[in-house]
Amino acid sequence: MGLESHLRGCKESGRKILVPYITGGYPGWQDAIRACAANGADAVEIGIPFSDPVMDGPVIQRASQAALEAGTTPQSVLEEVPHLDVDIPLAVMTYFNVVHHDGPVRFANRLVAAGVTGCILPDLPLEESGEWCEAADAAGVATVMLAAPTAPDDRLPRIVDRCRGFVYSVGLLGVTGERDSLAATATALAERLLPLTELPVLVGVGVSNAEQAATACRVADGVIQGASMVRRLIESGPDEVGRYVAEVRAAIDA
Amino acid sequence: MTIAAETRSLMGEPDDSGRFGEFGGRFVPETLVPACQELERAFHEAWNDPVWREELASVLRDYAGRPSGLTECHRLGEQLGLRLFLKREDLNHTGSHKINNVIGQALLAKRMGKTRLVAETGAGQHGVASATAAALLGMECKVYMGAVDVERQALNVFRMRLLGAEVEAVHSGSRTLKDAVNEAMRDWVATVGDTHYCLGSVMGPHPYPFMVRQFHRVIGEEARTQFLALVGEDPDLVVACVGGGSNAIGIFSGFVDTDSRLIGVEPAGGAAVSRGAPGVVHGMRSFLMQDEYGQVEEAHSISAGLDYPGVGPEHSHLASIGRAEYPNVTDAEVIEAFQLLSRTEGIIPALEPAHAIAWVAREAAQLQGQTVLVNMSGRGDKDVGQMMDVLKDRLG
Ligand SMILES: Cc1ncc(COP(=O)(O)O)c(C=O)c1O
Repeated sequence: MGLESHLRGCKESGRKILVPYITGGYPGWQDAIRACAANGADAVEIGIPFSDPVMDGPVIQRASQAALEAGTTPQSVLEEVPHLDVDIPLAVMTYFNVVHHDGPVRFANRLVAAGVTGCILPDLPLEESGEWCEAADAAGVATVMLAAPTAPDDRLPRIVDRCRGFVYSVGLLGVTGERDSLAATATALAERLLPLTELPVLVGVGVSNAEQAATACRVADGVIQGASMVRRLIESGPDEVGRYVAEVRAAIDA
Repeated sequence: MTIAAETRSLMGEPDDSGRFGEFGGRFVPETLVPACQELERAFHEAWNDPVWREELASVLRDYAGRPSGLTECHRLGEQLGLRLFLKREDLNHTGSHKINNVIGQALLAKRMGKTRLVAETGAGQHGVASATAAALLGMECKVYMGAVDVERQALNVFRMRLLGAEVEAVHSGSRTLKDAVNEAMRDWVATVGDTHYCLGSVMGPHPYPFMVRQFHRVIGEEARTQFLALVGEDPDLVVACVGGGSNAIGIFSGFVDTDSRLIGVEPAGGAAVSRGAPGVVHGMRSFLMQDEYGQVEEAHSISAGLDYPGVGPEHSHLASIGRAEYPNVTDAEVIEAFQLLSRTEGIIPALEPAHAIAWVAREAAQLQGQTVLVNMSGRGDKDVGQMMDVLKDRLG
């Protein structure tokens, strides 16, 4: 299912968008994604674990390392995707060397073959993204770019122009992980981005619970939640992820 | 060997994307892009400001002890059948070449209004240099160091703390230099407003590989003048150890436009150039040890400072165009070289430059009668504890 058409549809109908992140290859990850889909997620971001995840804090680092130690590879994650059998679009989140090593065209084709329609590469900024975006565009994979609070005003339109699927509005200065409160930067950046694009603007990194998600959704079109999902997967398993997705869904719909 | 004309003056500026040939670039999280751009501008301005350059030169002279000397090793040279010279970066303040880069970056950070430095360190020499510069300039300093290295370079951990820096042991991944870089980057992503990332080698995103090389040029410039004064011609070979490659690039920069052979010696367990393939990590595209899926492999070396699966992008470029060679030596050869230089010359080398000595010793039969300049990038005090364990059966 197309990531962009589906999420644009949500936005147009006034539905706030919830995108959980789940580390591929961590025990129970497939059931966790199914639980997300069954409890109101609008898309899921599947992490392909990488050895050196510089944008990730301790929780996702731990899940990635455990998945790698269990023998997870990009191929082993992608081979499972067709068997997930969920009716929402799926994107992958990984680091650029995984793509670079495979070759952009080959990797983009792998995603398409697996039924993945979006891709997020947090260490591939605009200036370096040309070759990948060309391959992804040609294959029909939506490349989601990240916009950060540090970007000067003249940089944001260029990032938004290159975005497909949705705009990833980085919620704070820092890496993934749960925080006690939502950073002021989270809604401030979303406010700067919204007038620049018709794409949904989603806040991710540092959105840590249902209440924070609801706060972010008062401004933004939706949220991405990673560490709070993965921690529940690690501590309690897929059912708890589903329960939590339902809780966040209810909060952002209220 | 004659070097073709088109490979002369190789070490100019990288292109606008920060590439040396096809290596380099700026592969960082979006949050850090503006900071890298700001650093690039600030470095360019400072480097072209004669007043700032004079300030840098005076700190390097009056505080760090530059110029460093050039020593001919008569006894070891005779034993090996060649003429051996050492560029004495080991005699700098804090004990290694790392201080050249750190003084430059700390002065620049101050000029940019930053109040805090973060750094990664392997052997601890870059961490000690960073802690030193922070103390000198009244800045805060936090150093990330792999847990394995915290243990084997305990002396340097204490030195950093004594100098007022905070040292955090990194327990993720291989718990060595690679993981310390990841953690320093994560810190910088969160603190980029008031913090400068004081990167310790010619690696990372643009402008670091270029900027750090410019700060280490002084090694090569001094060495060339000193060598010409002493010997009357350029050396046949210039040899340096390569972790990220900063001491090597520093000395190579003085000789890249001569006919000298340039040799960068990597550890066998961290031989990015000879065993790696182009990859992207830590902000740069360069040779990288990785598995068939692009996962970065762990390096394994007796030397904490060279225990790194990648290499700076300009070295990848120099290797790919054939201007420099990147052989490797084993831990066992390094242990021998560490003792060899100590006994024949009264100079205890750091384990890192002991790699360069190890290569010269191994290849001596092919180098008879030649002049060989080795960059003695640091002194061995920091390694004495570790080597006491390794050599206890032999030396008691
Ligand atoms: C004395 C010494 N030489 C060399 C190195 C390796 O770094 P580079 O390859 O950047 O010179 C280190 C790093 O810790 C060092 O302490």
